[in-house]
Amino acid sequence: EKHGLGRTAMPEEIAAWDKDVSPDGTGLPVGSGNALDGEEIFADNCAICHGDFAEGVDNWPKLAGGDGTLADEDPLKTVGSYWPYLSTSFDYINRSMPFGSAQTLEPDDVYAIVAYILYSNDLVDEEFELSNETFLDVEMPNAGGFITDDRAETEYSQWRAEPCMENCKESVEITMRASVLDVTPEEEGAEAVVDDVVEEAAAEPAPEPEPVVAALDAELVAQGEKVFKKCKSCHQVGDNAKRKTGPVLNGVFGADIAASEGFKYSKVMAGYGGVWDEATLTTFLTSPRKMMKGTKMSFAGLKKDEDILAMIEYLKSVSQ
Amino acid sequence: ATPDPLITEVQDWASGLGDGVDASPYGVPIQFEGDVIRRNVEWLTADTISSINFTPIHALDGTITPQGCAFERHHSGAIELKKEDYRLMINGLVDTPLVFSYEDLERFPRQNHTYFLECAANTGMEWAGAQLNGAQFTHGMIHNMEYSGVTLRTLLEEAGLDAAGDLKDKWVYVEGADASSNGRSIPMEKALDDCLIAFKANGEALRMEHGYPVRLVVPGWEGNMWVKWIRRIEVMDGPVESREETSKYTDVLEDGTARKWTWVMDAKSIVTSPSPQAPIKHGHGPLVITGLAWSGHGKITRVDVSKDGGKTWETARLGKEGEDKALTRFYLDTEWNGEEMFLQSRAIDETGYVQPTKTQLREVRGLNSIYHNNCIQTWWVKADGEAENVEVS
Repeated sequence: EKHGLGRTAMPEEIAAWDKDVSPDGTGLPVGSGNALDGEEIFADNCAICHGDFAEGVDNWPKLAGGDGTLADEDPLKTVGSYWPYLSTSFDYINRSMPFGSAQTLEPDDVYAIVAYILYSNDLVDEEFELSNETFLDVEMPNAGGFITDDRAETEYSQWRAEPCMENCKESVEITMRASVLDVTPEEEGAEAVVDDVVEEAAAEPAPEPEPVVAALDAELVAQGEKVFKKCKSCHQVGDNAKRKTGPVLNGVFGADIAASEGFKYSKVMAGYGGVWDEATLTTFLTSPRKMMKGTKMSFAGLKKDEDILAMIEYLKSVSQ
Repeated sequence: ATPDPLITEVQDWASGLGDGVDASPYGVPIQFEGDVIRRNVEWLTADTISSINFTPIHALDGTITPQGCAFERHHSGAIELKKEDYRLMINGLVDTPLVFSYEDLERFPRQNHTYFLECAANTGMEWAGAQLNGAQFTHGMIHNMEYSGVTLRTLLEEAGLDAAGDLKDKWVYVEGADASSNGRSIPMEKALDDCLIAFKANGEALRMEHGYPVRLVVPGWEGNMWVKWIRRIEVMDGPVESREETSKYTDVLEDGTARKWTWVMDAKSIVTSPSPQAPIKHGHGPLVITGLAWSGHGKITRVDVSKDGGKTWETARLGKEGEDKALTRFYLDTEWNGEEMFLQSRAIDETGYVQPTKTQLREVRGLNSIYHNNCIQTWWVKADGEAENVEVS
């Protein structure tokens, strides 16, 4: 039964969204790239999380290595050691990467990045030209490493017996305790500490309020703090801020551009000159890569003017 | 004993006035329940934008999970997508590729169904032994909601499946509107069986973090397939073998080979109270032991509880009859007088499948599967009523 709802999808619309690539190469766009080109594109777009050699930064995925580790205690599952199909890499990078700027790469760039990942896994040499023509020539080492779900045979048939209700075992001994490992986020403990602090504080005179350096719009700061969530994957602020994939932003407002100590800036930012003020921040936050072509910051930019205003106010607040 | 001043003295709330209507036009829980919240384990992932948090199952009762504390999993962050900007495309091997607006979806006949959604990685930390101390952390990647929506079958039939030919070996590929798109391939048989295109949960619009305005519901199957912000459904000859069905959500066995297409969530249960975050504080005497059970194969028919680490078992009372692929609440109304307990629960579903022990699972799969750990869990309740996640022989 048809309801006559919806409208016919136009070919241009289908082309815009239907970009998935299958293991047999269906869906691949025309294009090509080699590992040499890929190395540079990878450095600009991917290395911030995945490392210069695809070895991974912090908890971000490692894309290379792990050959022969799948039966080990902690297998290292990378594109080279684990992924059964090359199409998966192309498909994912093409549609979902870079993180925070998905769908900004040209097909040639994606071919080059995939070639570079293959190269960093020692699967091709650096001149290897990956294209829609050569795509199926690449053999993935773990292509034969998967079986279809066999739980019905290996598990369900065994685990359907009427279960034991009494005298099921002779003894029960503790073999492992979570509190020994101690990896659970603390909270109850934290509350107790707060209580203590409150009691102690009550005995002392109230401290003088600290003088405010410049009047900030508190509402705008709060709004900016929300917008800043988008930045938190790479930038920290506050007393315990640490350098992550991007520099710490305490004090950034009013500071020289590219002045955070110890951070390895892109060439373009390092040589840009000037100060982070309302004008430069507005231009940068609107479109980082338009202002500084080649910046490592893989963020597409803030679309709304109000978000930019709020963000700048927030950055001022962490700069006082 | 002295009389209770809460009774003998006139209290403020019994004399003065409370809030008027509209004090909170869309209500929030009272301040005293402020600890009933989702929690995140920071060290598990690189960043909260591509991460998971956990439902506070230790503090809930009944079976329906309120949306506000139902766990979240994002791959590129939760996006804000307006109904006016929402489009759903069906293309591929269909008679007419179609685009639906949100309004279109609301004009199809719709249904209501309650289903659990469990992340395939729920309890994944336990493969290596007792790790996180709390039911929220070990078993909180689950929620259970009543969905309102249109069946996926209805939409596929609207586009027409004659062009697909024999449907037996066909697949649908589904993807979301967010940057991750989180594409997954689903066999046509499941797509035509019980999948829903849902736009309401527990009576209200989906929350942003759960895919507002429209998500896919794939009953009984791993949560990753329940694509949020669903924007495209493509009828295909074969699976796409996307990142989420090859590099992730595949289960490595001891010899290094990996199982793929492990979609169904097997029968599982957990004692939610007492538990490490919900210790016994009321002293000796009557004690209600309670928990949740579920199975991706159908209804829960029975739950057993052991207080001695699996030596002896008692059959618990089900809060109400088990429902198809939905959470079932169980209770064991008992007596506690300060004795140590090793609390376990064991679910049995309508196929006769009995929830396995950790040992049974490890014998078949080793320690590296990450996903689909439905082992029997143990809480060690001590003489003071405190509880800890332990593993026992």
